[in-house]
Amino acid sequence: MAELLRQAWAVARKDLVLELRTRTALVSAVVFTALVLTLFNFGRDPTAVPTLDLAPTVLWVTFTFAAMLTLNRAFQLELENQALEGLLVSPLSRTSLYWGKLIANLAFVAVVDAVGLPLFVLFFNVSVSRVLLPLVGVIALATLGFVAVGTLFSALVIRTRFAELLLLVILLPFLLPPLIGAVQVTARLLAGRPLSESVGYLKLLAAYDIVFVSLASFLFRFTVDE
Amino acid sequence: MLSIEGLRHVYGPVVALDNVSFMLAPGQTLAIFGPNGAGKTTLVKVLAGLIRPQRGTVRVDGGRRAIGWIGHESHLYDHLTVRENLLFWASLYGVPAAAREARAAGVAERLGLADRVERPVWSLSRGLAQRAAIARALIHDPRVLLLDEPFTGLDLAAAAELRVLLGELRGAGRTLVLATHNVDEGVELATHVAFQRRGRIVHFAPRGGRDAAQVADAYRRAMSDG
Repeated sequence: MAELLRQAWAVARKDLVLELRTRTALVSAVVFTALVLTLFNFGRDPTAVPTLDLAPTVLWVTFTFAAMLTLNRAFQLELENQALEGLLVSPLSRTSLYWGKLIANLAFVAVVDAVGLPLFVLFFNVSVSRVLLPLVGVIALATLGFVAVGTLFSALVIRTRFAELLLLVILLPFLLPPLIGAVQVTARLLAGRPLSESVGYLKLLAAYDIVFVSLASFLFRFTVDE
Repeated sequence: MLSIEGLRHVYGPVVALDNVSFMLAPGQTLAIFGPNGAGKTTLVKVLAGLIRPQRGTVRVDGGRRAIGWIGHESHLYDHLTVRENLLFWASLYGVPAAAREARAAGVAERLGLADRVERPVWSLSRGLAQRAAIARALIHDPRVLLLDEPFTGLDLAAAAELRVLLGELRGAGRTLVLATHNVDEGVELATHVAFQRRGRIVHFAPRGGRDAAQVADAYRRAMSDG
């Protein structure tokens, strides 16, 4: 297990260094988040639909598509000089490779979420100070599920044509359960309802994370091996 | 030791490997010659563990950790420096943390890259990038080195240096497999010579005292038969 984690960290650290140096996916995702929130802010009629009814959906749709921008990058950088082939020939376990990509993707999406949440508060004028901790918890739970599945599928489509489009098409149906859970919990939190009302959805998010992190860790080898 | 037995691999109607078997002991170097499409790259990728053959077995003493592979691509990350690339690959191959810097400096020095280790790979010329790729393959001091067209992109001086280096590795008891379509390349390094045609090894023998011209003559005859 120590070797597995050591190798996973080596992969994750390499991806983080590469992203910090090129800033390709991160800047795109952050700008995308800001633009979408701005568009939703000016493209809605606040007198027609109450802000609180719309805000949770806007937040999670924005986070979902922004996450996809960073997920696309995860394996594209391994096509550079066919580094992926080098990884597959090395003693690096497939599980370590998956976990390394998962850790790096979680870090990227966390940055996007960290930038997106204040912008969301600003544009939608919602108060999150009382529910910040549970809200961050929900974001963390849902993000882990998103990224676990997204990392698996980004490896699956990387050798195909139109990989970005294909990732969207096959990933979105799998994101429905955590998306529904996250929107429902966020709506209740922003409405000032007690967290106990959302226990069912929180269990759904936690179960989704456990099932898909385990399943993706197991299935990953079948997506990268020739 | 490297041994393969009864390898077969097809891509649709194309037979890339057809009942390929041989065995190499430490210190032996096999030069595999064949025209484009003969199956040399498939053979090297099977030996490296990148492609699982549809039939047959590959045995390498020491497993994946014992293999170094130089393919058509460098497997290097353009936005990392040469040193960062070498340290990353050293960590994947289980080189102890305390020894990685020294090992990276050693192979860089050996490949004439000592004054360029802090340069990002994207800034290197093709020849220097090829040297860096060779350094990457040697970072864990592999017992078996697989080389697929390793002289591509090297100028005459660098190619001569590579021959000297490969000669040293052979002298140090390493097993080398060199695949190329150019009979003039690497013949003097080989202890054994094989000709591959349409996936089949049509000639496998010790080189003996044959020089490049004699091997080229035997190659032409083998390729024209049947």
